[in-house]
Amino acid sequence: MKTKGNLEAKLARGEFVITAETTPPDGADEQSVMDKVGCLKGLVDAVNVTDGAGARSHMSAFACAAIMAKNGIEPVLQFTVRDRNRLAIQGEFIGAPAMGIPNILCLHGDAITNGDQPDAKPVEDVDSKGLMSMARMLRDEGKLPSGREINPAPGLLIGAADTPRDPDASFKPTGLQGKIDAGADFFQTQFAYDIEVLRRYMAVLNDAGITEQAHFIVGVGPLISAKSARWMTENLFGVHVPDAVIARIEGAQDQKAEGRKICAELVEQFKEIKGISGAHLMAPRGEKAIAETLTEYKLRG
Amino acid sequence: MRAVRHWSVRNARGLMRLYDLFQGAIVAMEPVVRRIGYDRLEKPVAAVEHVIKGAMFDCQMCGQCALSSTGMSCPMNCPKNLRNGPCGGVRADGHCEVKPDMPCVWVKAWAGAQQMMSENILDVQLPVDNRLKGKSSWLRIIREIKAGSLPKPHSSARKAA
Repeated sequence: MKTKGNLEAKLARGEFVITAETTPPDGADEQSVMDKVGCLKGLVDAVNVTDGAGARSHMSAFACAAIMAKNGIEPVLQFTVRDRNRLAIQGEFIGAPAMGIPNILCLHGDAITNGDQPDAKPVEDVDSKGLMSMARMLRDEGKLPSGREINPAPGLLIGAADTPRDPDASFKPTGLQGKIDAGADFFQTQFAYDIEVLRRYMAVLNDAGITEQAHFIVGVGPLISAKSARWMTENLFGVHVPDAVIARIEGAQDQKAEGRKICAELVEQFKEIKGISGAHLMAPRGEKAIAETLTEYKLRG
Repeated sequence: MRAVRHWSVRNARGLMRLYDLFQGAIVAMEPVVRRIGYDRLEKPVAAVEHVIKGAMFDCQMCGQCALSSTGMSCPMNCPKNLRNGPCGGVRADGHCEVKPDMPCVWVKAWAGAQQMMSENILDVQLPVDNRLKGKSSWLRIIREIKAGSLPKPHSSARKAA
């Protein structure tokens, strides 16, 4: 095992995992963290902690993840290349396992110009593949790019992001293979509401041998309304909520309840698709909605 | 070009007077600028500004010129990009700790400010707005003075206050 984490152990056993997502609070104490994310404790295998999502500052993701780990919620700490250079990030890679954080997800990060302080300077010293290869070097070789030794080496499960899409005949998952080659052990994906597209996509990944090399955890979440589903389709990169799904929510008396139901059904369908190792539940400011979905439909990782 | 940059700092006072005249002239041209259009002028004016200020100050086109507050010594030439300097690394001979052969940009700035007999250097410069990088400071100044959001003429700011 590379880490002391439960997520890796469960993935290694071939069990279906469920991860969720939280955004660190706008509050400077432990209580603020647990008020948000405490509801997910015991319901999921790990919870992702976003790193300045939407290019906005909150409590640091590292602090939030450390508090979660201390309180028995295994974190997946997200890292963007937008706000820190390689020296800062390497330091956090080394510090993460020391604080009980066994999993990381390497991302680029939303553009600063889309955030609430667009005058800030984007760092972008390395790209997300650079992050993964630095993390892998630290873990597997126990050294920094300078050659200096880190002992003990940080045990980290390295994650990367992906966006499921409808593969045409010419599609080859070279991007995914590149991330695996850079060090990715698992993928967590953007929302996938179109089950047929996902089936076709996973078939291609299976054929290409991608899913034998890395675990695939597919993104989904409880939609809160038809309006929100339409907005996501129009504004979120790579997200397509099929018209049939939107119509179903629109026709429901309780749109939120219907959103949770659809989410749960999709998770059940993911379990039947070859190559999918788990579901990643995301909902902006919706930790409680995720917890409700999991409890209501007795979904367990 | 460092020699020219240093000449500019030595002659900061004269340049400041010249700049005040220049600023008055460009602000007076505001109606023309407006008619042609700020956006259309952005590229050509920025190019001219880059050539002139590049030659005189090694201007890095941060788009938010602080020269009149920094003794005509461009702070963006500081290897640490300090906008409120100097740092603690100035050598005994007044040179930079990062580039030992270069006189510290901020040592020069304080000398220039003394020349200008201006206390603008005491103003704390805000963090750089990275959106303005590569854009014309002149056009921004015209626009802001006309809009009233940049009310003070540079050289007499403190005296007036």
